[in-house]
Amino acid sequence: MNAPHIPKAFAASDVRSEEMLLNMGPQHPSTHGVFRVVIRTDGEIVIDSESHVGYLHRCFEKHCESVSFLQSVLYTDRLDYLTSMGNNLAFSLGVERLFTDLVIPERAEHIRVICAELNRIASHLLAIGTYGMDIGAITPFLYCFRDREKILSIFESICGQRLNYNYVRPGGVAYDIDDSMIAAIKDFCKYFRPKAQEYDDLLSNNDIFVRRTANVGVLSKELALSYGVTGPCLRGSGVKRDLRRDLPYSIYSRFDFEIPVGTGERGTLGDCYDRYMVRVREMIESLRIVEQAVSQIPDGPFKTDQIKGKLRPPKGESFIRVENSRGELGFYIISDGKDVAYRVKCRAPSFHNISLLTDISRGAMIADMVAIIGSLDIVMGEVDR
Amino acid sequence: MMTPYTLVDWVLGDGAGWIARFIGAVLVWAVPITGFVSFVGLLSIWLERKISAHIQCRLGPMEVGYHGALQTVADGVKLLAKEDLVPADADRFLFAFAPILAFAGTVVGFAVVPFGPGLIVADLDIGIFYLAAVGSLEAIGVIAAGWASNNKWSLFGSVRAATQVVSYEIPMGLAFVTIAALAGTLSMSGIVDQQQGWIANWFLFRNPFTWIAFIIYYIAALAECKRAPFDLPEAESELVSGFHTEYSGMRFAIFFLAEYAQMYVVSAVAVVLFLGGWYSGIAPLDAAVGTGVAGKLVGAGIIVTKSFLLVCVQMWLRWTLPRIRLDQMLYLCMKILMPFGMLTLVGSTMWEYYFPTPEIAKVGGGWTGNTVMTGVVVAIIGTLSLIVYVRSVIRSTPSLRAASNP
Repeated sequence: MNAPHIPKAFAASDVRSEEMLLNMGPQHPSTHGVFRVVIRTDGEIVIDSESHVGYLHRCFEKHCESVSFLQSVLYTDRLDYLTSMGNNLAFSLGVERLFTDLVIPERAEHIRVICAELNRIASHLLAIGTYGMDIGAITPFLYCFRDREKILSIFESICGQRLNYNYVRPGGVAYDIDDSMIAAIKDFCKYFRPKAQEYDDLLSNNDIFVRRTANVGVLSKELALSYGVTGPCLRGSGVKRDLRRDLPYSIYSRFDFEIPVGTGERGTLGDCYDRYMVRVREMIESLRIVEQAVSQIPDGPFKTDQIKGKLRPPKGESFIRVENSRGELGFYIISDGKDVAYRVKCRAPSFHNISLLTDISRGAMIADMVAIIGSLDIVMGEVDR
Repeated sequence: MMTPYTLVDWVLGDGAGWIARFIGAVLVWAVPITGFVSFVGLLSIWLERKISAHIQCRLGPMEVGYHGALQTVADGVKLLAKEDLVPADADRFLFAFAPILAFAGTVVGFAVVPFGPGLIVADLDIGIFYLAAVGSLEAIGVIAAGWASNNKWSLFGSVRAATQVVSYEIPMGLAFVTIAALAGTLSMSGIVDQQQGWIANWFLFRNPFTWIAFIIYYIAALAECKRAPFDLPEAESELVSGFHTEYSGMRFAIFFLAEYAQMYVVSAVAVVLFLGGWYSGIAPLDAAVGTGVAGKLVGAGIIVTKSFLLVCVQMWLRWTLPRIRLDQMLYLCMKILMPFGMLTLVGSTMWEYYFPTPEIAKVGGGWTGNTVMTGVVVAIIGTLSLIVYVRSVIRSTPSLRAASNP
């Protein structure tokens, strides 16, 4: 254990104080689920912390070995329950890669991209809203929910579900979308673009918010890469890595979008503010993808007709990585030719992102600890699986 | 101050002995004050719910009573009926005593808060001093609550409360002294009397420094009430609920009531010190209602309305701003508010020395040269803030930013 890094401003004191062991979670308003951190504090300063996960373990991988591929899709909903579409998409792509000659209809691909990106917006809205609440601003949370509600309504009309969709499936999607849904998506795009400015006014440019997040929880590029951090947390540290661009899956290579990265605009590169701003900007980029996809959506079937009867992928193994809203979600699937997977391994981004909490929260204050956990934006359903 | 100044004097006349006066004070004041504190609590909680709801695109309570007006009463009944939990290993005596201490610490403040001309429990000669002295009494209740709860989060909350309330006493005291130096008295009624006449006579407009004093006082008052952005002692997202984490039922409700009563007290004091107390700011109107029963009623209406407006500003701030951190809270107090408070005190007295307020202005004249000077300074500050605001808007809007530096 290295010597704890204590900022100079606090180390100047000669006062000897006693350390305190503080148990944060599993029931705590700001741990974003059943996550437990044991913090060793000196007054308000965090000297050391230890994360404990596993309170939400549900044997996802083992389940996949006993239920069919189509039923496994339903379990992926529960991984990162705020980005169910992305999870469905990742698992479906993984299963489809087991086949050699499977052709997914164009319409299905477009619908998948639209849903995944809308879900990314919804997920980032929640991340931003809860982050504001962690910092103490309650109102932006409600504003985010107002807009997220519109996305959920669209999803409800598309697949009847508001949180766990089970919509994207191997071979296509579960149901077709009609013109009224396309119109609703277009309306949402028009509605949402000016709203992003509202969040900037309320939160991003709020002086207190900036002072609370800038220079806090600085995650260097090297540390991020060594921990396998992905997603907005990695991009917040200035690494321009996005699988939608670097390793395109589905039809992402056809769309025009930017990859926002942290610039250290208000503090240090890789601080909480950068991670937050990356999410805010990604929402707009996702919106651009949705606009493009929805304007060029072709007619045709919404699922492939090559799969007849039970879904039985040929013998083999496949690995798929997709850029989910929290980072790279990976599925490694082994099939032995039956309708049940032989083995499924899930690589969940939140698990890797939260693992560095101890390293970047050393020397911070308890209030910063909350800000750091919020900026990593974890979903415990995915960490524990 | 020709007329008898407190209601007890008014009722009993001048000749009553001290025992009669004491009993009179209890009868005349204790019951109505308790009632008023409850009323303030109920109204403020309802207002807070509605204001927060409308800020957040919600409706808030709508079912119980007109627009949910009776919701707080229903909640109060619920809290009364709830089980009164005491955590294991808690200091039982202190745990039960802490809410009472916090509540009493707030209610004693009402002793010097006027409700209208002559409507004051005790018109002490040292009114403001008394208020500054009892102001931190509530903090003792909060510290006791956090300590007695036997919970680390509560302890953190109470230590934060102690830090905060004790630090912010200083800038608040400096703002008090600024006004006391101008008014030449510490008595609440005396201070209000100096502000009669036109709105220009309010201490807020007396000289440019009193503006700063008002802002300092208001920030310090927010911290004193533990309201956002200074809600560190109860910081929900950090300390679960801070010092009242372990409290439930009526004891929690008493803390809650104390907080809202405190909000009213600091707002009423701001009105007394800076915003003309029970005077409307329109000289003929005040003269017309006189000082009789009608004058008392109108005055009470004015001062309560003004105070509630300031309470609403506190709510508005709470639902807009994030919370600051402990070190930032102390930085703001020690390095910004305190130097500015001292500057204000010196500046205000110097201003008064070099540009003394004419006697005619004090007793109800029109706009004076002083007010014009104040106006000029305020205009300059306003223009500067406008420039800063426009710059920040340009910086935060990508299209404008691109246009301004090609």
